[in-house]
Amino acid sequence: MATQVVMPKLSPTMEEGQLSRWLKKEGDKVSMGEPLAEIDTDKATMEMQALSNGVLRKILIREGESAPLGQAIAIIGTADEDISALLTSVSGSAKAVPVAASKTEEPAPQATTSHTSVPTGGKPSAFSQDGVRQLISPIAARMAADAGINLRSIQGSGPGGRVVKRDVEAALGAKGAPAKGAPRLRPIAAAPHSPAAVYGPSSFHDEPLSEMRRTIARRLVTSLGPVPHFFLTSEIDMERAADLRASINELYPDTKLSINDIITKVVAAALIQHPQVNASFQDKTVRYYDHADLAIAVATENGLITPIVRSAELKGVLEIAAEVRELATRARSRKLKPEEYTGASFSISNLGMFGIDEFTAVINPPEGAILAIGAMTPKPVAHEGQIAIRQRMRVTMSCDHRVVDGAVGAQFLQTLKQILENPVYLFLSQ
Amino acid sequence: MAVMTMRDALNLALREELARDPDVFLMGEEVAEYQGAYKVTRGLLEEFGPKRVIDTPITELGFAGLGVGAAMAGLRPIVEFMTFNFSILATDQIINSAAKMLYMSAGQFKIPIVFRGPGGSAYQVSSQHSQALESWYAYFPGLKVVMPSTPADAKGLLKSAIRDDDPVVFIEQERMYGMKGEVPEDKDFTIPLGVADVKREGTDATIVARSLMVPAALKAAEELAKVGVSCEVIDPRTIRPLDIGTIIESVKKTNRVVVAEESHPFCGVGAEISAEINERAFDYLDAPVKRVSGADVPMPYAKNLERLAIPGFEQIVAAVKEVSYI
Repeated sequence: MATQVVMPKLSPTMEEGQLSRWLKKEGDKVSMGEPLAEIDTDKATMEMQALSNGVLRKILIREGESAPLGQAIAIIGTADEDISALLTSVSGSAKAVPVAASKTEEPAPQATTSHTSVPTGGKPSAFSQDGVRQLISPIAARMAADAGINLRSIQGSGPGGRVVKRDVEAALGAKGAPAKGAPRLRPIAAAPHSPAAVYGPSSFHDEPLSEMRRTIARRLVTSLGPVPHFFLTSEIDMERAADLRASINELYPDTKLSINDIITKVVAAALIQHPQVNASFQDKTVRYYDHADLAIAVATENGLITPIVRSAELKGVLEIAAEVRELATRARSRKLKPEEYTGASFSISNLGMFGIDEFTAVINPPEGAILAIGAMTPKPVAHEGQIAIRQRMRVTMSCDHRVVDGAVGAQFLQTLKQILENPVYLFLSQ
Repeated sequence: MAVMTMRDALNLALREELARDPDVFLMGEEVAEYQGAYKVTRGLLEEFGPKRVIDTPITELGFAGLGVGAAMAGLRPIVEFMTFNFSILATDQIINSAAKMLYMSAGQFKIPIVFRGPGGSAYQVSSQHSQALESWYAYFPGLKVVMPSTPADAKGLLKSAIRDDDPVVFIEQERMYGMKGEVPEDKDFTIPLGVADVKREGTDATIVARSLMVPAALKAAEELAKVGVSCEVIDPRTIRPLDIGTIIESVKKTNRVVVAEESHPFCGVGAEISAEINERAFDYLDAPVKRVSGADVPMPYAKNLERLAIPGFEQIVAAVKEVSYI
């Protein structure tokens, strides 16, 4: 039976796709999983695969044309099948996405696992497997839903086993106490890793918003918009970091290590010491990432894209340099996979190469902060009681005030400055 | 501030308003020569004379009707019922005339009248003289219903009631006339109608109480604080219009509610408050709204039974523990 091929969702933020190139032409045989076309999404060029076997009977949009998600772009059927009825229905509803018809070709959405309380079947969630109704107070049900707690896992302490507020509070408390005390150098598991090792997105833990944090978030948003930015600037003496770079490049002349690679490494080390900055605001919780997944802003012909160096704190500076270079190359040819540029914990944007002294960058939500790096330039400064010409660099961090308070951001920058001015700290932190 | 009884605070409010506005006058049984069955009108005849402070025959329907007529003609009558139990005889004038006149005359006649007097339980006056009638009067659109719980509230609310252009049913509690408290002496001290008062702030449970139940609720809150339960006590003060917003805000904070009242439970004000909470704050509740009410029987004469029929702080404590699951 003939089926439609619809514009698939190939990136998290994609709303429409442009057909870059058909890899099959009308009359060609196609089998399931075979590349059918290349689609330009808002971020990258992606291959689109056939989801059924047959013959590509009809191409509905030409190369260079765009279609919204779910719109039919081709028809696959058997060689001699009559597709006129399907063609009529498709052309009659080019804009109105035919939900029922698209069902056959649309890839099944990945099941979300974050909200376990969302009913996933027809079975009412208030009933246990033996059909006994679970008693839940309204506020307890709401709190559990907000926190993503499965009520089935909670033993109710109210009359008749009713799950009440205090039961959910107890379950929330057991979910993981926040790290206490001042962030000192945190030991990092010395995971043996090869430069080719693949790192997935960082694990994380969510902590419910305290009343104070909720109030801070609510009030600042009314003042500054959905992401209340504030900015912290610090000028850093880069003499030693520059020396370090020169030494490494002397040892490995092929590497062409950039100062940005060193900054990336140091940012990762500083983030691990300041987990409050390696965090994002999640409406009801603050999400703390266990690893420094650093997005590096890369300018391409088509605009800005932010490939991610995962778990940068675990990687050597040469490994970071190689990875950034490889990601940037693929970014420029629009070959990044969505998971390679979404889901970072922190971003770095460097406009130093354009001679920008300092600037403020816009946070990429839901990340909690972004660091804007200015140019490293020789400047006369007071150094050890003398006027000296030193390599100086100004950095400005934009912080989401819902997550990062002024002092917290300042302490992070202090650590960053400390390590960059004395990179020997890098050896002490691992 | 002066410390005075609720009786004297009410007397002060009447005195100040009679002095302030020559259209205000007071009538009722024994209000003048005898200076009031509960001495709320003490000294007023002497100060304002027989045209302003008038003794009536024992004809509740009659003098309530005179009051409505006087209000239609532009005066501002204060009608005292010796107790609100006797207002039952006057309900046709209160409900059919006073409450309806503005509406039925298309706004031509406002009725700035106050019906006031003691209500609720007293001491061994038995079934016919111990009734809490606020739910009757609050039921009808067109009437405002006020119940003070402190001398200061009594003064401020009665002055607002007298100055209000709508008919106000002002129910004092017979057992509370001797209750003392600080009262502002400012002649312009008023408390707006329709605004609840948070008598005590708390975080774990809300007790909504009015009139006689306010001191009981505050005592219950004291007891509960000893076991670690922080209670918020809200006194609506005006039953209609009801300041439901203040109650809902509190429920959103505490998630648990007890409504305390000395009236019967069935079709009572507590039932109405419970329904409002259910409609507006269901998602915030951690337990069903619990009512503590007077016994659902005619008030017994026997002292021991009477004590059992009127809720005290012990029942409120038990109810708060129930909704707090302790």
